[in-house]
Amino acid sequence: MDLAYTPRQKAFRAEVRAWLTANLPAEPLASYDTREGFEQHREWERKLFDARLSMVIWPEALGGRGCDLIEWLIFEEEYYGAGAPMRVNQNGQLLLGPTLIEFGSESQKARFLPRMASSEDMWAQGWSEPNAGSDMAAITSKAILSADGSHYVVNGQKTWSTRAIFADWLFGLFRSDPASSRHHGLSYLAVPLDAPGVTIRPIQALNGKQAFAEVFFDDVKVPVDNRIGDEGQGWHVAMATAGFERGLLLRSPARFQYTARRLVELYKSHRDVADRDPGIRDAVLEAWTGAEAYALSAYHTVGRLAKGARIGAEASTNKIYWSELDLKMHETAMRILGPLGELTGDAPAAVEAARWLDGFLFAQAGPIYAGTNEIQRNIIAERMLGLPK
Amino acid sequence: MDFTFTDDQLTFREAVSRFLMTEAAPERLREIWETDTGRSPELRKNIAEQGLTALSVPEDCGGLGMDDVAWALMTQELGYYAIPDSLADAAYVAAGLIAALPAGTASREDWLGRIADGSIRIAVGHPVNPLVADANPANLLLLAHGDEVHAVPREQVEVESNASIDLSRRLARVRWAPAASTLIAEGEAGRALWAQTLNRGALSTAGQLLGLAQRMLDLSVDYVAQRKQFGKPIGSFQAVKHHLADVATKVEFAKPVLYRAAYALAHGEAGADARVSHAKLICGDAAWQAARHGIQVHGAMGYTWEVDLQMFMKRAWALDAAWGDRGFHKARVADAILADGAALGPGHTFEE
Repeated sequence: MDLAYTPRQKAFRAEVRAWLTANLPAEPLASYDTREGFEQHREWERKLFDARLSMVIWPEALGGRGCDLIEWLIFEEEYYGAGAPMRVNQNGQLLLGPTLIEFGSESQKARFLPRMASSEDMWAQGWSEPNAGSDMAAITSKAILSADGSHYVVNGQKTWSTRAIFADWLFGLFRSDPASSRHHGLSYLAVPLDAPGVTIRPIQALNGKQAFAEVFFDDVKVPVDNRIGDEGQGWHVAMATAGFERGLLLRSPARFQYTARRLVELYKSHRDVADRDPGIRDAVLEAWTGAEAYALSAYHTVGRLAKGARIGAEASTNKIYWSELDLKMHETAMRILGPLGELTGDAPAAVEAARWLDGFLFAQAGPIYAGTNEIQRNIIAERMLGLPK
Repeated sequence: MDFTFTDDQLTFREAVSRFLMTEAAPERLREIWETDTGRSPELRKNIAEQGLTALSVPEDCGGLGMDDVAWALMTQELGYYAIPDSLADAAYVAAGLIAALPAGTASREDWLGRIADGSIRIAVGHPVNPLVADANPANLLLLAHGDEVHAVPREQVEVESNASIDLSRRLARVRWAPAASTLIAEGEAGRALWAQTLNRGALSTAGQLLGLAQRMLDLSVDYVAQRKQFGKPIGSFQAVKHHLADVATKVEFAKPVLYRAAYALAHGEAGADARVSHAKLICGDAAWQAARHGIQVHGAMGYTWEVDLQMFMKRAWALDAAWGDRGFHKARVADAILADGAALGPGHTFEE
């Protein structure tokens, strides 16, 4: 155990910090759940990409920088510590990206990854369907290979596709063997959202914005080259990319440490009212201890991975931990703000332009998306503790 | 940056675990706990022969010179097997205090040598604990008089036993008179020794609480996998699964906090107090939840004397408040994070 950063790691931190100081937008960007904000975020992503800071852990040839996971943690600490914009393309970059790196052909990697890193292509996910939520293996949307084997014909419906109304591409699982059931006979496809036969209907989220969408497929032709991994192996492809890496990459600890720091500041500037509720101080302490524990867990796991350890079902503990921590921190902020907590961003009396309210609303989704926490608890109990199905 | 243990450290932990598994099986502990002293000279001898009493004694005094980081693994094993306080208190906490005395201090080398070979029992009376664990069977007590540290032979101490619900705990109120002959440190040096001893005691307790949490989780998993109701194992029901998944999650996230605290202590970091308190809080929380959910999934069996869960559960309840209760440790965390200019947030997990 040696908890000192190497000179190389320190230099990387300094470089990222200097770049962010020089390049951070002067004004906060508009919400990426709006068309205007989405394009502002795309522009910001392009800037990051030009500085080779968009996907630091990807290979250089694919638009990354070839960093290891410790350097990635350092990048995230600097990025979130500086209050930089949220990452608009992370469903593609962090969910599809690692899958492509592991299962994609060389031509698919060259075709998709650099444009994903630069956010020239924005990606939406297509997992859930109206009757396949927690039970994802119940997918019924079909992708039938044409007689000449050149393309799939896709029919069906996906839902809860984040920002699909603004996105360029969708990735997801489709049933390519109509006689199959459950997790057999599925294929993993990349579908251009401007293809004929695609209809996107926005769904208004809790915040009133078009944060996700339903996507309908009506005889949509998808070239067979857009299949990632083998025919019928989609479930395996979707699940095999180290669950841990995807889970951790998607929600890095720095994001929650940043929220915890803001919460401590909020509490310190509102102590006169906050201390009337004796539970608040306790909750503020738990924000720091919780975020710090998540960060320590990430460093410990990254170190074990570097030594060749394999991380299995315990990755599900991550999802439960960060989502409940995030919710608790935002609930605490709302309690500190008291009667000002309900004010929306355009209300003149709103604190920090209602940033806590926005975060509070989004935190409600944390225990639901990416596999509900109930599903995660089943995974922990069955695969980590070995309890019977 | 490498926040992991070496293979040697992990292998050693495995060896200790295998040793304790046979030497300190629950039925053996129950027999020992039924005795008046609650201590077994035979078990003590076997533990010393295995070298466990010599772990943190410096190498030049016949020990292995193991640091706090390696102890963070060891204390989990002591907790997992519910080894009484006397071992960690003498071999880790007292050994650390005595080793920190200036070389040449009278009796320092003698005490350390005898800790290493297991021929001396030392109890530690830190002011944060109103009672002294294992004062009665001790040969020597390290006691506080203000900032002064006194090493007091057992015969100069009046001991009043106080029974704990945890039969492995042998607590006593002590009466004694400070004398020049027993004084081993005072003033600034004494204050520093007591501060360091508090952190070491709290860290030792945190590690044991985490080990206890893991043990209660393992016992509960075994129980719900074999107990059947409605025609199937109760461990197949989600309500039961989720109780235990929550415990597993708490245990997973407590481990690295314990390790970070151990490193802070071993390296004398300025922020060590808050790190140690964080570890004590999160490990205590994991242990209490493991106890609560453990007894719940054991049903009425969990409420019996017969089922082993009670041994670990009671120890968890007791240790949660030993070496600083939650209020004490929360106050130390609050002091650190609410201070003006506190280094918080991303990038400060390993550096100020």
